[in-house]
Amino acid sequence: MSDSPEKDAHAPVIELENLAIAYETRKGDVLAVRNINFSVREGETMGLVGESGCGKSTIAFGIVNFLGPNGKIIDGSVRFQGQELVGRSEAELKKLRGDRIAMVYQDPMQALNPAVRLGEQLTEVLTHHTDMTEKQAWERSVEMLKRVYMPDAGDVMNRYPHQISGGQQQRVVIAMAMLNNPALLIMDEPTTALDVTVEAAVLDLIEDLKNDFNTANIFITHNLGVVARVSDHMCVMYAGELVERGTVEEIFKLPCHPYTRGLLASVPKLGESKIESILTPIRGRVPPPAKRPRDACVFAPRCDYATDDCVKEKPSLIPVSEGHVARCIYAEEIESRPRTSKRKPREALLQGHEETGEHESILDLENLKVYYPQESQSVASLFGLGEKKYVKAVDDVSLHLEKGRTLGVVGESGCGKSTLVKGLIGLEQVTDGDLEFMGFDINDTVSERDTRLIKEMQMVFQNPDSTLNPSYSVGKQIARPIRRFKTVPKDQVKGEVLKLLRAVRLSAPYYDRLPRQLSGGEKQRVGIARALASRPDLIICDEPVSALDVSVQAAVINLLLEIQQTFGSSMIFIAHDLSVVRFFSDDIAVMYLGQVVEVGPADAIYEPPYHPYTEALLSAVPIPDPEAEQKELRLSGNVPSALNPPSGCRFHTRCPRRKEMLPDGGEICKREVPPWQVSEKGHRIFCHIPLEELKKVDPVIHSKAA
Amino acid sequence: MVATQQTAGDQTPMETPEDVPRTSRVKRVWGGLSVLFASKTAMVGLFIVAFWVFVALFAPILTPYTPFEQDWKAPNEGPSTSHILGTDELGRDIWSRLIYGARVVLVILPITENFWIPGGTAIWGVVVALVVGVFLGLLGGYHGGWLDEIVMRILDAMMAVPIILLFLIIMAALGQSALNVVIAMTIVGTPGIARLVRSLTLDIKTREYIRSAETRGESPWYIMFVEILPNARGPIIVDAMLRVGYAIFAMGTLGFLGLGLPPPSPDWGSMVAKGREFILAGSPWAALWPSVAIGTLVVGLNLFADGLREESMRYQ
Repeated sequence: MSDSPEKDAHAPVIELENLAIAYETRKGDVLAVRNINFSVREGETMGLVGESGCGKSTIAFGIVNFLGPNGKIIDGSVRFQGQELVGRSEAELKKLRGDRIAMVYQDPMQALNPAVRLGEQLTEVLTHHTDMTEKQAWERSVEMLKRVYMPDAGDVMNRYPHQISGGQQQRVVIAMAMLNNPALLIMDEPTTALDVTVEAAVLDLIEDLKNDFNTANIFITHNLGVVARVSDHMCVMYAGELVERGTVEEIFKLPCHPYTRGLLASVPKLGESKIESILTPIRGRVPPPAKRPRDACVFAPRCDYATDDCVKEKPSLIPVSEGHVARCIYAEEIESRPRTSKRKPREALLQGHEETGEHESILDLENLKVYYPQESQSVASLFGLGEKKYVKAVDDVSLHLEKGRTLGVVGESGCGKSTLVKGLIGLEQVTDGDLEFMGFDINDTVSERDTRLIKEMQMVFQNPDSTLNPSYSVGKQIARPIRRFKTVPKDQVKGEVLKLLRAVRLSAPYYDRLPRQLSGGEKQRVGIARALASRPDLIICDEPVSALDVSVQAAVINLLLEIQQTFGSSMIFIAHDLSVVRFFSDDIAVMYLGQVVEVGPADAIYEPPYHPYTEALLSAVPIPDPEAEQKELRLSGNVPSALNPPSGCRFHTRCPRRKEMLPDGGEICKREVPPWQVSEKGHRIFCHIPLEELKKVDPVIHSKAA
Repeated sequence: MVATQQTAGDQTPMETPEDVPRTSRVKRVWGGLSVLFASKTAMVGLFIVAFWVFVALFAPILTPYTPFEQDWKAPNEGPSTSHILGTDELGRDIWSRLIYGARVVLVILPITENFWIPGGTAIWGVVVALVVGVFLGLLGGYHGGWLDEIVMRILDAMMAVPIILLFLIIMAALGQSALNVVIAMTIVGTPGIARLVRSLTLDIKTREYIRSAETRGESPWYIMFVEILPNARGPIIVDAMLRVGYAIFAMGTLGFLGLGLPPPSPDWGSMVAKGREFILAGSPWAALWPSVAIGTLVVGLNLFADGLREESMRYQ
């Protein structure tokens, strides 16, 4: 920490020392973060990792003084290039912001002005902070857009934000941030809102820029895989405190704080399945800012290694090795410490499904189509004369689900998985094809189906905040399906509700609670209990854990596993997180643009032979293991529109494999619909490339760990 | 599907909710009211409205006169010890006429000569408009499609007729009575409420708990009235309160134009009309006090509604 005014080549670009930020509320000051110490040098990327509510965004806003009218820095210092930022005036900070500190946010649509052309937004950054002319600024902006690999850079300058895709918008935002060659770039979850393959491309870009521009980078995320890819150092945050800090390799190899260990244990690593490994969630919830103890370890109530010493005073950052510190009194010996919690560690399933001769089918889809009519804008259509256009959300899907098994459906946004599920459950009208459930034809919408069928197929939804009716208590909402489907006689309803609450691991007092008193994970459990209430044979889970924190995800996934074992339900599990799907499913179907491109047992999907799209998906997933070697196969272009899908194989416009692996350079992919190629155990691939060629491809992931 | 016994030695412990003490009914109502008390605006409004409701309720004991007693010897007098607010052109005590006038508007609805129901014309006008408006709004908003179009066109038709003309038509066709005032108020108030409810419904029906109810095959009526309506009640209540204010104001206007309750009913609007002639002659009292009454009551209701809305918006 040098105090000299001249810029030392190795002096940190930004240094936080004992930073504490609080928010003013009606009940007094609430401390959001405290004791934050870290520094970032030129060319380094510091990852700030933590779950929601841990304070990572607060720190970022604190650095640039965006805390809002009721936030304030109450202690500590923030030194930027040697100069103190705390206590500066608005005017001075404004000069610093766009010029030498830049920030990239999560949602590019909110960062870009939808009413102003992109060219203007980019040039404004330059003309405001430097004395470039319009023309110079324009040229520099075009250069920068090319630098972020934006196709048609000159043309894009004249477009509006809604005319480019999400991934491209984020590139524009990054370009805007880099235009003034900032010394410090802060990125707040820049890829969270993007699809996996788009995210991979943007992360590639960020790494690329790192090498060229030598910017110091603070990268905020909750995704451990992303941190492992992009960062050199990382800080783990919990409940407003910095609990561990060190290089990425060190922390992943030897996490020393029980929270970090808990986080890493609760995330499925790509390739693991429920059969041979387990997810260990962290019990309890994050304490709200008003309830965090000042004189004790803030993680102690949830810690598996806690002892009485932990609550006597607040632990300081203990050095474990060079540059690696952890805020735990047992940090150095954590590997060998005995667990003090009474909880027995979970055991893996250790056995797959027995291969019985009988495979009773519960759900059969044959050539299913769900089309949405597109409102045509032409005058002709007013008179019914225009050509009818359809959004072909689900186009010719055939799937098969056996009793007691879990089918995972993966795909990126726009692939049709949500529509598929809506068609299954009857919320959308099926346009064509056969849909058979338990032997009955169910091409109708819900209102036309028999109640006895309805009760056997229920759904768990994605967003915990809107899945429960805010006006009714938990008990009432779980009781409703029981009453409606008369699962038990009237006098036993309350008992049944309590039984269901127990099944989702919520104790009896939850019966009277209102949804707003519950956390996200708890609400999701209630949603699961509600789906279970009618004792369905098939449970459809539409991204049930995507909106939850990482440690809570593990708890809900374990719960779903338990339910599957206890009740023997069949499940359809939709997710975009490939690691979670792999962990949880027996069979997996990969969808692209309304069609299934690959389907088979879970372990077969994650090994060659791959459909080229599956290969690209797997190459894009960020893995929480900095030592893993992952292929870098990237897709070019954008997902085509479902109004007008490409001819022949829908993937041919972006397929990285067709030119090299087919004799005619992939011409056949444009003309003809691919055949289904069948591999072992029901593994099918929808591709022209012969199986033998696909089998020769290298696996996507090599883990260095034996 | 049979639920088997839970596996012994459950590994994941049960979640216990945070210590929220069991709230009794009384505490919950108090908690709801505390939202009210937090807003100064709402408190002022409530005070004014409560004042008028009180005097309307207890009118008989708050004045020794009836609103019809005429004193030929003392017309158009100013405030004095025998008449707190003075007398009108027929010598009737203004204070009595004011508080009895408040009765019909706020507290009692006379249906026939000897039969009345609690709640005044303004209140009933809004209540019936609420019932019809909520029904139409839910129907159009949830169902969408052709039904929504029909509902909207009906509402358009209702809004197309100017209120004064509407009153005239109704009074001419059905006669001047409190009940007909209620009918007219309903027609006037329904479209606004229906539109509000419709837009709330359009928003709420996108939520996942509505999808969940649909996947259970719940009937549309159940979804509209049990799932959607309770979540829309906040804005609806605030709007209804404002409408009571509008209703009182409308009735004041109509009374002024001679379209209110027939004489000798103590209708505030017609009191202002009658009293208008005497302002320049030096006796503004007969026109002044009813105007103040209308003004304060309407302002009070508006403040109350505003305060409520502020507080409920605070947590949006």
